[in-house]
Amino acid sequence: MTLSGYQPDPASTTRFLFFTGKGGVGKTSLSCAMALKLVEVGKRVLLVSTDPASNLDEVLETTLSGTPTMIAGAPGLTAINIDPVAAAAAYRERLIGPMRGVLPAAALDSMEEQLSGSCTVEIAAFDEFSGFIGNPETTTAYDHIIFDTAPTGHTLRLMSLAKAWDQFLDKSTSGTSCLGPLAGLEKQRGIYEATVRILADATMTTLVLVSRPQGAALREAERTSKELRALGVNNQVLIINGIFATTCADDATAQAMQQRGMSAIASADQFIRSLPSFTVQLRSINILGLGGLRQLLGDKAEAIPAELTKIPWVAPHLESLETLVATIEQQGHGVIMTMGKGGVGKTTVAAAIAVMLARRGHIVHLSTTDPAAHVAQTLAGQVAGLTLSRIDPAIETAAYQAEVLRAQGTALDEEGRALLAEDLRSPCTEEIAVFRAFAREVGRGTSRFVVLDTAPTGHTLLLLDASESYQRELERQARTSQPEDVLHLLEHLRDPNFTRILIVTLPEATPVHEAAALQEDLRRARIEPFAWVINASLLHSGSVDPLLQRREEAEHRYISEVVDKQATRTAWLPWQAEEPVGPEALERLASAKPTSIGDDEG
Amino acid sequence: MKTIQVYDPPMCCATGVCGTGIDPDVVNLSSMLTRLVRHGIVVQRFNLAQQPQAFADNPLVKNLLEKDGKAALPLLIMDGKVHVKGRYPSNAERSDIVREALGSAAETLT
Repeated sequence: MTLSGYQPDPASTTRFLFFTGKGGVGKTSLSCAMALKLVEVGKRVLLVSTDPASNLDEVLETTLSGTPTMIAGAPGLTAINIDPVAAAAAYRERLIGPMRGVLPAAALDSMEEQLSGSCTVEIAAFDEFSGFIGNPETTTAYDHIIFDTAPTGHTLRLMSLAKAWDQFLDKSTSGTSCLGPLAGLEKQRGIYEATVRILADATMTTLVLVSRPQGAALREAERTSKELRALGVNNQVLIINGIFATTCADDATAQAMQQRGMSAIASADQFIRSLPSFTVQLRSINILGLGGLRQLLGDKAEAIPAELTKIPWVAPHLESLETLVATIEQQGHGVIMTMGKGGVGKTTVAAAIAVMLARRGHIVHLSTTDPAAHVAQTLAGQVAGLTLSRIDPAIETAAYQAEVLRAQGTALDEEGRALLAEDLRSPCTEEIAVFRAFAREVGRGTSRFVVLDTAPTGHTLLLLDASESYQRELERQARTSQPEDVLHLLEHLRDPNFTRILIVTLPEATPVHEAAALQEDLRRARIEPFAWVINASLLHSGSVDPLLQRREEAEHRYISEVVDKQATRTAWLPWQAEEPVGPEALERLASAKPTSIGDDEG
Repeated sequence: MKTIQVYDPPMCCATGVCGTGIDPDVVNLSSMLTRLVRHGIVVQRFNLAQQPQAFADNPLVKNLLEKDGKAALPLLIMDGKVHVKGRYPSNAERSDIVREALGSAAETLT
C-alpha cells in the first residue's frame, strides 16, 4: 500500500483540529507543525497544548503558560499550555477547599483519593478546554484552534447524558449513581453541550488520529476511531508517524526495522483504507525549534547532519534482567509484576522473567492479560516448572458489568441505568475487573513465584483499601462477593520481599515521563517499585544507518534520567527485530548484557 | 411526612462499582429508597465525594464525623434521628425503616 505524506491543505482545514493518540506518538510536534502551516498562509491560530511532558517551550522557542502567548517567530500563532495535572489539582481544590476546617481530616483525605483518578484528570482537562470550543466569544480572534489532545469516548458520553447535568450542575441529591469526578465542573451547561455538538460537526472539527507503524499503536488508533465514530465524530484522518526507510542495504538492524514497520502497516490495511491516511517520516532526533517543525510537514526529506553530536556521555550502570532475577529468586517465592503503558513490552519482560526463574529450578506461574498473548502461548508445555494462565480483560470486564447491572439495575429508572452503564464503561472499571482476577493469582504467590504482566495503579489500591477496611470492620466478608485474597492483597503488595514491581518503559521522552507518573501513583499507596526496565533500546545496535545512529544518541538523556532520577535498579533490553518467541529467545533476551560504552564503540 | 437522609462515605460510586465486590446491602438500600420515594417519603442521599457541603451543613452529621471519623459513615437518619451508623442497614433493619416510614401502608411494600 502506498500512502502519501501528510500535506494538509489550509484552504479545506476545519476550524477545530484535535490530535489524539497514545503517549509518545508525536501529537504535540504534529499539532505544532500543523499550526505553522496555517499561519504561513496568513491564518490566525490558537494552539492549545495539554502535554505534561511537553518540551513545547523549546520547540516554539517561547516560554508558555496558562494564558495565551504570542509566538514571536511565527506571527499569527498564539499558544497556551494547560498542565492537566495542575488543572486536576485545581479542580479537586474547588471541591475540597471549602471543606477544610469544616470537615475532619479523615473525611478530607478520602475525598482527595476519590478525586485522584485518571478520570478526574481527564474531566478537569475537558473542563479547561471546553471554554475554547463551546464558548465562541473566547476565540473570535482566531481562524483555527488546534488541540494536541482529544476527549475520550468515555468523557464525551458522560457529557452527553442529560442526567449528569441535572445531578451535578443543579445539585439535585436524589442520585444513586456515581459521577463523582463531574461534581467540580464549573462552566455553564450550554458550553459543555456546545462542545459535544461541535466535536461531532464535520464542517467544524477534524479528529487527527496519530499512530506509529507498530501493531499495538495501530490497533489502539483503530479502537479510538471506532469509539469516537460511534459518538458521531466522523471527520477523521489518520497519520502514521515515524515511517522509516533505510538506504543501508547491509545494515541488519535498519533493514529489520523497516520491514517491521511495513508489516505492521500491511496488517492494519483494512483500517488504514477506511479513512484518509497519511504518513510522516521518522525523524533522527526530537524536533527542536520552529525550523525543525516547518520541516516536519514539508515535502523535503530530513537533512541528517553528517556528524554525530558526540556529546560526551558516560553510560550509567545498567543491568541485565538476569541479575534482577538473581535477587528475586533469593526469596524462593513471591509475586513479580510488570507495569507500564500499552506497547512498552510488559508481557515480553514478564515472560522472560518467568522462563528464567523456571530454568533455575523454581516453580513458576505466568499469568498474562495480553490480548494477543503470543508470548505466553509459545511457552505452553515447553519449560519444566512453568504453568500459564490468561486473564482476558474483555471477558473479566463484561462479567463484572453484567454482575453489577443485574444486581443494581432493577432499582434504577431508565436514565439511572444509562448512567450506571456508562460508569461501567470507564477505564477504572476495566482496571477493577482485571484486578479481581489478578487478586486470585497474587494469592498463589505464597508457595511459588507468580509473574503477572499487569499491576493495579496506586489509585485503585487506595480506593479498594478504603472499601476493604470498612468491610473488615463489619466482619461480613462471607456475605459479600469480596474475594478472600483481596483482603490480604495490599499487605502483600507493600511487602518488598513478597512483591517486586518492575516498571517497563522505552528510552524516549513521553514514555519515561508516563512511567514516572505511574511510579508516583504507586508511592502514594506506599508501594515502592523494585526496578525499572528500559526496553527496545537501540544502544549498541551497531547500526550504521545515520538516522538510527542519531536516535541511539538521543536515547542517552532518557536512559540517564531513569537511572539517575527514577530507579533504584535499572535493567536494559535491546531493540528486537522480532518479538521473542519461545523459551530460548526469551532466555537470550533476559541475559542480554548492556556492554559498557567504550568497549565496542569508537 | 417522613424524611430519610442517607450520608454515604466518599465513594466514587454509590453503587459499589468501584469496589472489588458488590455489597448487596447497598444495592437493596437503593432499591428500598426508590420505593419509598414512590410512596411520597422525602429521601435525600449525599455522597461525601460529591456533596461535602451537605455533611458540613448538618450539625448532627458533622459532630459524628468529628467524633468517629470515617467510621461514622454511612449514616441513615430519619426525621433527624440516627437509625443506622457506620454500616448499611440489614434486611431486618430495612423492614423496620419501611414500617416506621410508612406506618400501616408498609404492608403493601414488604
